[in-house]
Amino acid sequence: MPDNNNTGEEQSPDPDREQIPLMQRVLDNPFLLLVLGIAMPTVLYIIWGIIEITQIPIAD
Amino acid sequence: MSKLFDYRTCPTTGLRVDRAAEKLIKANAVAAVVFLAIGGFFGLTVALTRWPAVHFLPADWFYLALTAHGFDVLLVWIIFFEMAVLYFASAILLNSRLAGPKWAWAGFALMLSGALITNVVVLQGQSSVMFTSYVPMMAEPPFYLGIILFAVGALIGCGVFFGTLVIAKREKTYEGSIPLVTFGALTAAIIAVFTIASGAIILIPTFLWSIGLVGHIDPLVYKTIWWAMGHSSQQINVAAHVAVWYAIAAMVFGAKPLSEKVSRMAFLMYILFLQLASAHHMLVEPGISSEWKIFNTSYAMYLAVLGSMVHGMTVPGSIEAAQRARGLTKGMFEWLRKAPWGNPAFAGMFMSLVFFGFIGGISGVVMGTEQINLIMHNTLYVPGHFHGTVVAGTTLAFMAITYILVPLIFRRELVMKKVARWQPYVFGIGVAGISIFMMGAGTLGVARRHWDMTFADAVLPFDYPSAAYLMMGLNGIFAIMAALGGVMYVVVVVGSVFFGKKLAEDEKPEYPEVPPESAAVSHYGSAETLKIPGTAFLVGIFFVAFVLYYFVNWKYLSEIWPLS
Repeated sequence: MPDNNNTGEEQSPDPDREQIPLMQRVLDNPFLLLVLGIAMPTVLYIIWGIIEITQIPIAD
Repeated sequence: MSKLFDYRTCPTTGLRVDRAAEKLIKANAVAAVVFLAIGGFFGLTVALTRWPAVHFLPADWFYLALTAHGFDVLLVWIIFFEMAVLYFASAILLNSRLAGPKWAWAGFALMLSGALITNVVVLQGQSSVMFTSYVPMMAEPPFYLGIILFAVGALIGCGVFFGTLVIAKREKTYEGSIPLVTFGALTAAIIAVFTIASGAIILIPTFLWSIGLVGHIDPLVYKTIWWAMGHSSQQINVAAHVAVWYAIAAMVFGAKPLSEKVSRMAFLMYILFLQLASAHHMLVEPGISSEWKIFNTSYAMYLAVLGSMVHGMTVPGSIEAAQRARGLTKGMFEWLRKAPWGNPAFAGMFMSLVFFGFIGGISGVVMGTEQINLIMHNTLYVPGHFHGTVVAGTTLAFMAITYILVPLIFRRELVMKKVARWQPYVFGIGVAGISIFMMGAGTLGVARRHWDMTFADAVLPFDYPSAAYLMMGLNGIFAIMAALGGVMYVVVVVGSVFFGKKLAEDEKPEYPEVPPESAAVSHYGSAETLKIPGTAFLVGIFFVAFVLYYFVNWKYLSEIWPLS
């Protein structure tokens, strides 16, 4: 179990931290994933779909 | 800060169990099982009615039962259980306290109230609009209100899950990335937020329409947005049950995913593309372009299918790797032959994986192809498909993990262990039969949601092929078998929760066996091997079945729709 106590000590930047690949940083960010997971279907399914429906001519 | 919360240490896994989270997991799981029993009962009555020789219910009761069945099992059972999974995968697996337990209880109360309200109003008989409640059919206002309350409660549950992720990260209760099972639950929670938002967008105006405050709801707009909720709600299930597969593989075998990165990328495919499969319900709508249909159901959906195929290989692959590491290396399948088939958690999980892939997965791709969708659109093939995904896949996986959670979370020994051992087989084979025979009848043209396939009182008579009647009879027989499996599950779970031997704080359950290596479920890490010849062979069989079935349907289309 990692130590949960934050001692507040000044720590030098962890060199490993710099090397975390971009994709892993994306996958480690739940809120970025949340935005992506809502934006994709909202744009590609709902908004695009509603635009298609609104372009259907109204019958006389 | 993190040491201030009330927790116990699990003697089996060594995990810290936040007691607040534990109570919420129990409450959600109990509610889920109660609604599974109610919805399952209605499902049996529907199947017996669609069995032409039995034709159990009159028409009005049939549509009432179908509405209640759809709502209770497609939404209520599944989402209550998923709330339990979210709390387990966040607070328990991350060794964290749960964020806002009071909010979680408020969410639970809303979900329970909403589920009860909608059930009562459906049973009153004036809201037999089926789960989809397509406008201009109008249900009683409380029907929509109940679903909205249920959805708001579930949204609060998702918020608690995200809050717990924040707390766990801030309080450093885990190192590095979150465990894969938690990542799977995160995927489910993300899809849930989109699902619930879509439901709010369409059901709130529909509720206002039902009380006279809104004059008109466009049926095509309703159908489009409703399916963003209706189909995506089943994608929450897919993400959640895949997470459960990984959890069971880890807890029964100590299995690690073959590659964390690959499995996470597969979940990312779900996050980005899985909800777009909703469009397959719109494939015969004339007002929407083929570009929209084909992009959503083919190009995008295939990326999500790629994710499923990755999980379909890596879950059994991780089990094979763990078994081979234990010395079960003879031939291709010693690891599988000597797997604990008497452990209902493993048996249920493995059958869930196989049935989800072969029945629900392949048929989903076939239905998502615009051209061959024409063969079976709105036929019984559609419920055949989703009984393969949601029941044989999700429900069986959720049942399987219950056999681990009852001893570990409820702290009770399982009762009737022999019944528990057989239950996944009875339920799984029953549901597989339901799915296959409904898909068979659908391929022969039998309409879904129809009370009488003989069209006895129709002005223009129509006869389905006699094979379709055989299919519906077999569907009824397998529905009885599945119902028996469902009763066995409820009896074992309820019996264990109320009458099982109480386990002391430091006592390990005897059955099913959960080894000390089960702690792998809460750690990041890969098996980092590809020596999985048995899994590779099984995947090969899957691909052959996939290709053959896909092209058989194209051949069938060419026969019923000659173009020359």
